[in-house]
Amino acid sequence: MGSFGESLTTALNLIGGADPKLAEIVLLSLQVSLLSVLFAALMGLPLGAALAVGRFPGRQVITVVLNGFMGLPSVVVGLLVYLLLSRAGPLGEYGLLFTPGAMVIAQTVLITPLMAALTRQIVEDAWREYREQLRSLGATTPRAALTLLWDARFSLFVAVLAGFGRAASEVGAVMMVGGNIDGVTRVMTTTIALETSKGDLPLALALGLILVALILAVNAAAHVTRQWALRHYG
Amino acid sequence: MSGANDVFPLVLEAVSFRARDRTIIDRVSLAMDRGVRTVILGPNGAGKSVLMRLMHGLLAPSSGRITWRGRERRPEAQAMVFQRPVVLRTTAHANVAYGLKLAGVPGAERMARAAAALERVGLAHLAGRPAKVFSGGEQQRLALARAWALEPRVLFLDEPTASLDPAAARDVERIIGEIASTGCKIVMTTHNLGQARRLADEVVFLDSGRVTEYTPAGAFFRNPRSVEADAYIKGELL
Repeated sequence: MGSFGESLTTALNLIGGADPKLAEIVLLSLQVSLLSVLFAALMGLPLGAALAVGRFPGRQVITVVLNGFMGLPSVVVGLLVYLLLSRAGPLGEYGLLFTPGAMVIAQTVLITPLMAALTRQIVEDAWREYREQLRSLGATTPRAALTLLWDARFSLFVAVLAGFGRAASEVGAVMMVGGNIDGVTRVMTTTIALETSKGDLPLALALGLILVALILAVNAAAHVTRQWALRHYG
Repeated sequence: MSGANDVFPLVLEAVSFRARDRTIIDRVSLAMDRGVRTVILGPNGAGKSVLMRLMHGLLAPSSGRITWRGRERRPEAQAMVFQRPVVLRTTAHANVAYGLKLAGVPGAERMARAAAALERVGLAHLAGRPAKVFSGGEQQRLALARAWALEPRVLFLDEPTASLDPAAARDVERIIGEIASTGCKIVMTTHNLGQARRLADEVVFLDSGRVTEYTPAGAFFRNPRSVEADAYIKGELL
């Protein structure tokens, strides 16, 4: 208990003093996860909307696969991206393995199905309600998909935040493809894992506190957005 | 305006609609002309909404033919208002402008026509407000404005006042009357016989997917020819 108290004090000092090493790790985490969210949203939102509104062969299969992949184990994604990026892999020539770029790719692969599946559910519910009216007004299927994405923007924002939460808190994939290299690819989750196993609890604890605070802040933002949108836009 | 009205007559020839082995519309033949306001009456499950969706083009007949002035192409200058108004999560003005945009109306004209349509339904003061938080009556008036702005030659209305309180229903009836007075053909369903008497020039009576009667409204209410219609009117009055 004494060691926990000491660790906590040191952790809070690290945070309060804006320790440069700590800051670097937090910053890289945010960069990697936010970039992943951006790419995943660019792919996942249109894909989800297309699955909700479109009628094409293979739609059901893709939907089932996406729903299943929402809970994709991050170590499996790590392994897959590792194989793709390793020297002998199909994308090996770009030398991305053990770089932040590899971590962005891994997290994008991890959360794109999650965002696409949530988007599909949200847009499909809206489509059920709007379908006849939009068809009556002469909306083509792509136009209807765009309209529904815009109409469901507040719910989709929550889906995007869910993707960020998953990306920021996963450890397996970034560990495997990033390599947890000090000063290069070390992010919050991998540092926590490493420092804990080394016995350096203050840094791990400081990062853990920041990570939890971040996830809480993201969820609070999601909640506030929904409440605000409901009041102002219905 | 002869060119503007040349989508009529709307002719249905032995139109049937089946869904999962159930016949919902059974060999309906009708010819509807411009000018007159047509009200489709009939008990629940008679197929009124489906018949209107077939005419509007939201559903395709399982068999039979629907033509507009002899052509099978569905005319663009038509609109439909549903029982539960569907409004987009944006301002009232943008909701009306959206319909005009889909109809290919250019930007500046779109803005002006949307504003004018909101004015006509008495929603001008709410033009910049988000439509999803409107009352049911306001949303239905917005749906009417969106339809009216398109300057349709025919407007389909599926029980447009069924979810509204009497005051809001009166507003909607007044607006329907005004739209009709611009020369737009009105085709609507209702369960409210008072409303049917006020708005109908002619009545299509539908029972189990078949048209049992298609007569001028006065004659229909005075002396319905089919047993089904007679029973329906008496039942509604009880």
